[in-house]
Amino acid sequence: MLKYTEDHEWLRAEGDEIVVGITRHASEQLGDVVFIELPEEGREVAAGEEIVVIESVKAASDITAPVAGVITGVNAALADSPGDVNGDPMAAWFFRIKPAEASAMDGFMDEAAYTALVE
Amino acid sequence: MADTTRRTGLHDLHIERGARMVPFAGWDMPVQFPMGVMAEHLHTRARAGLFDVSHMGQVLVTPGDGRIETAAAALETLIPADLAGLAPGRQRYGLFTNDQGGILDDLMVANRGDHFLLVVNAACAEQDIAHLRTLAGVRITPVTDRGLLALQGPEAEAVLARLVPGLGEMRFMDSRILDWNGADLWISRSGYTGEDGFEISVPEARLEEFARALLGHPEVAPIGLGARDSLRLEAGMPLYGHDMDGSVTPAQAALGWSIPKVRRRGGARAGGFPGAEVILPELGAPEVIRRGLRPEGRAPIREGVAIFAAPEGGEVLGHVSSGGFGPSVGGPVAMARLHVDLPEGGQVWAELRGKRLPVTLSALPFVSPSYKR
Repeated sequence: MLKYTEDHEWLRAEGDEIVVGITRHASEQLGDVVFIELPEEGREVAAGEEIVVIESVKAASDITAPVAGVITGVNAALADSPGDVNGDPMAAWFFRIKPAEASAMDGFMDEAAYTALVE
Repeated sequence: MADTTRRTGLHDLHIERGARMVPFAGWDMPVQFPMGVMAEHLHTRARAGLFDVSHMGQVLVTPGDGRIETAAAALETLIPADLAGLAPGRQRYGLFTNDQGGILDDLMVANRGDHFLLVVNAACAEQDIAHLRTLAGVRITPVTDRGLLALQGPEAEAVLARLVPGLGEMRFMDSRILDWNGADLWISRSGYTGEDGFEISVPEARLEEFARALLGHPEVAPIGLGARDSLRLEAGMPLYGHDMDGSVTPAQAALGWSIPKVRRRGGARAGGFPGAEVILPELGAPEVIRRGLRPEGRAPIREGVAIFAAPEGGEVLGHVSSGGFGPSVGGPVAMARLHVDLPEGGQVWAELRGKRLPVTLSALPFVSPSYKR
């Protein structure tokens, strides 16, 4: 199941975890990404907390935790090749989060709603 | 609010080429094209990039008595450069200074035989023109019917020479008027990228046609302001309003080289420009000067980031005046005015998001220029 946030993150449910990345639209808006700082595994985060720093050639941006929970994994390879976010944003995941609430994915946009938002 | 943003003669062409437009100094300008800032930057260093710099101010300074010496003498009262010694067909970099010894703007001045052509920053143009109009004995004519292009990169000469024969004889900082199919092009061999290249003033009526002719060559790609900034940053070139302004002296901006011996103390035409009594004594020994910074790792340090002497505590040494990612360097680069005694190669710390990152003091430029002297 793939859902989207208004902050242009994609969320993919995998078991009881959610994998999080940013959309093609977001990566195009950011421009060439040159630096990514990921959160520590095991960190407990609140919904809306800024947990990833993305620096593009143009500016610094933050990625927020879409839901409250615990970070269970990060894509460490991105630190060495941040440009992957521009190459294939749907494959370049940032972190996995185990949500505090099982219904965490409810209420986010599906693909049709997200497509309507960015068009 | 009323939309008073101005458009250059290439606005439609930019849109057609898929540019992302942003407001810049009162103009609607392309910040990047679909190629993206990184690729545009690298393309300019490898081949040739075409920049629309029509927002910049072009101004003619004509002597009232027909003698170029009169115009040179008048300009030298505002600009600490050797303009009396500037040969016809040559161009020089200079500064407008203020009474406090700060920099009002930086500019290019070309001697065109019977008058001077000045090219100034877009954001300062209005103020510069008013400043120039305080001069006696010269006529100040803002050029409003021409656009300005920059063609930069190792293949710029080969491309432009196909359109404009006679170009190859030009050296770095030469200025010529050459014909292209009946249009008079005002060409100088100069730029703001550290690459060989040309700045070309084109009659507005022929501007788009000429830009399309350049873009028709496979070496040439359109380049936006984003890559223009990273190219000049790597080339160690200061940006007005960031690396220098009315409170920064030429010596502090590391632009003392633009003030020649003849205008310095003991020179035949020493002083005689605003702020000379502050600027000249400081030339040999500024306390702070614009320095290069190479942060460790990949995180850019941008304008405003504080630089510290120690990894914890310690004093603030200065702030980044411009910084970003250098695609050719392959890492972040920045500039800041810091104490001259800090050793090159020495380490300082930049505070970024509450953490101090090690930064090495580096010589400027970060990439070697490749001008055709």
